[in-house]
Amino acid sequence: MFKRWLDSDFMYSLVRTPTALISAVVCIILAIGALGAPWIAPTDPFDMASIDLMNGFTPPLQANDFTGETFLLGTDDQGRDLYSAILHGLRISLFVGFASVLLAMAIGITLGLLAGYLGGWIDALIMRVADIQMTFPSILVAMLIYGIARGILPPEARADMAITVLILSIGLSEWVSFARTVRGTSMVEKQKEYVTACRLIGLSHLNIMVRHILPNVINPILVIATITLALAIIAEATLSFLGVGAPPTEPSLGTLIRIGQDFLFSGQWWIIFFPAMTLLALALAVNLLGDWLRDFFNPRLS
Amino acid sequence: MFKPSILTTAICLAVSISGVAQAQTLNWARAGDSLTLDPHAQNEGPTHTLAHQIYEPLLHRDMAGQITPALATSWAALADNPNVWRFKLRQNVQFHGGEDFTADDVVYSLNRAQMDTADVKGLLTSIQEVRKVDDHTVDIETKGANPLLINNLTNLFIMDSGWAQANGADKPQDFANGETSFAASNANGTGAYTLVSRKPDEKTVLKLNPNYWGKGQFPLEVTEIVYTPIQSAATRVAALLSGEVDFVQDAPVQDLTRIAGQDGLKVVTAAQNRVIFFGMEQGKADLETDSVSGKNPFSDKRVREAMNIAINRDAIKKVVMRDQSSPTGVIMPPFVNGWTEALDEVPTYDVDQAKALMASAGYGDGFSITLNCPNDRYINDEAICQAAVGMLGRIGIKVNLDAKPKAQHFPLIQNRTTEFYMLGWGVPTFDSAYIFSYLLHTSGDKRGTWNGTGYSNTDVDAMITSLDSEVDLAQRNATIAKIWDQVQEDVVYLPIHNQVLNWTMKDNIDFAVQPEDQPHFKYLSFK
Repeated sequence: MFKRWLDSDFMYSLVRTPTALISAVVCIILAIGALGAPWIAPTDPFDMASIDLMNGFTPPLQANDFTGETFLLGTDDQGRDLYSAILHGLRISLFVGFASVLLAMAIGITLGLLAGYLGGWIDALIMRVADIQMTFPSILVAMLIYGIARGILPPEARADMAITVLILSIGLSEWVSFARTVRGTSMVEKQKEYVTACRLIGLSHLNIMVRHILPNVINPILVIATITLALAIIAEATLSFLGVGAPPTEPSLGTLIRIGQDFLFSGQWWIIFFPAMTLLALALAVNLLGDWLRDFFNPRLS
Repeated sequence: MFKPSILTTAICLAVSISGVAQAQTLNWARAGDSLTLDPHAQNEGPTHTLAHQIYEPLLHRDMAGQITPALATSWAALADNPNVWRFKLRQNVQFHGGEDFTADDVVYSLNRAQMDTADVKGLLTSIQEVRKVDDHTVDIETKGANPLLINNLTNLFIMDSGWAQANGADKPQDFANGETSFAASNANGTGAYTLVSRKPDEKTVLKLNPNYWGKGQFPLEVTEIVYTPIQSAATRVAALLSGEVDFVQDAPVQDLTRIAGQDGLKVVTAAQNRVIFFGMEQGKADLETDSVSGKNPFSDKRVREAMNIAINRDAIKKVVMRDQSSPTGVIMPPFVNGWTEALDEVPTYDVDQAKALMASAGYGDGFSITLNCPNDRYINDEAICQAAVGMLGRIGIKVNLDAKPKAQHFPLIQNRTTEFYMLGWGVPTFDSAYIFSYLLHTSGDKRGTWNGTGYSNTDVDAMITSLDSEVDLAQRNATIAKIWDQVQEDVVYLPIHNQVLNWTMKDNIDFAVQPEDQPHFKYLSFK
């Protein structure tokens, strides 16, 4: 089984494309770091009570002036170990990324299938809504949804709900690309003979959509999902950077970058540098992997 | 080739001759904006700072902090009646709209400043009546003899009565309830600068008032002021480093070395008359944002004491403030009458003792609470709150931090909709009575308007009221000391530190730091 997988076209192409291979390795390393954060990280950066303010601004691999403690990547302004904060931040960034892509996929695929298969006024309605949403930059839509959600929530629930709100706002702002692709492909599939055959034997519309058309549109969706994942990670970082995302007490990569930005001029470069490099590595790796997937699934390009 | 060089020489000559009267724009940035242009609606530092450029009080504190005549030229208590102060007003002064400044405007403005919606009313609690004597003389009668009356008038701006009435601005804007009004977005004062345009939180442009009465008495070298609030500390510093702004009033402490080291920029430092502290709702029977039901943990003095000794003020000073603060144990800056070294003593940081106190109060397992914090008002306000979250976490209090801009933060305190908050307090009167009246008197219509703690002690209230009319200064100071003893005993607030001011500017600017953080740009000159 494992050998068959190694011998597949997929692995053959992956191993022979250096960028894809490196991207995949980076993704796996970062994913392990994020998933294993509670066990790998030396401290728990979310437990404010365990953080000693006197450790603040410790440079990487240097002993703190007051406490004498040393940290691999230094500490931020509150004395939080940056290495632990990055691992946990990565966890939040990846979780928000995956969850919002899943949400966007669920919405996008459902609406796209309905529009493409049923056509008519349903198609027109869904696609006009999609068009309208396309005219706004998705980060703006995300901020709008975020603002409304925060307005509705009572203040004491905001900190706990911040991550859920982030997922909702990014998910709701990224569904359009899924819907458009699925609609296009399913309109093509709908004309094919197997669909006509399905209808002739009396299968329900739902059955045809889910069991027969959906499997045929799944390849392009996987490609879009990978690229959207990179976008969602960046969107989360942007929102957090602007101060409307993950709270400073539970920082994601974007929040860490926002904190670090205040110390750019004063020489504490490590506070912004390491989280920013991690975000760069993550977004770039996911993006390159997505590009390669697109090429792989589209034989006409090669 | 010949002609241009003559022209250049001519221009050079012209410039050097007219050097003094050169048009100079001052680009001024700070973290937050003025909350409103209505001069009586909010008793808040940055709001007064902008108002001081446009409006004028009868008298104000100059750049050294000394009381100086502004719209009044002289004042004295009447020889036969110490309850009445007589003010001689400046003649031939006009408002920006061309209206003459008279005694009617003073009577009108001081009455307006005592209305319910006026936040500055707490400064005028001792006033019985304001009377016009003639066009350029006004009497202020106090309820009892008040030797410190003039200290309370330094931020009480005079508006034109005709202009305010004509524009429906008879009542000050009700800021805490979100009201907007004409006077909140327009201004007509007698000050050195007139309002050209204003977009709140974006940009305010002022230009020199050509008819200003103080021509020849003040440098008045700045002909145009462009005021830009820049909330992000890094952006603010970048703007200064790149030369985009000339004067940053609140450069972040971590960047002072970098700014001082850059050619063409300088840092001017002085202790500020402002104390930073936390307040806790201790009056309500139950809190909404806490995890304890049926009772209010803050109403237990042991909890407040525990919090007081759980905060490591030295760590905040060393790490968050980079030594640019002086930790304190009382909500009173050293400038203020009533301050003593004993009161100022910093509570000893002791986590074990704090935990013991929490346990004896029945909160050994702790509780959670929401802390409201401004993020564009005080030096490193949000970072101080974050540090406090960690420190209180060590004694079991799980704090949820809710940081937002001051325009949304301050109404929470005034409407008493926050249960744990940060506040800073400057004392323009340089006297304890100002702190008592706003922060410690039972919250009510005239006094206690910034007391978000629910602290209410009838003995303290009676003593605070008696200060207004106590003539014997020794007796008055004894009462002040007594009030402080009681308040310290009750641990009403958690004092953190007094701020240190660091004004950063281009080094061709000659401008001293004003101890109240109130730059008056008419005093600014260029080298």
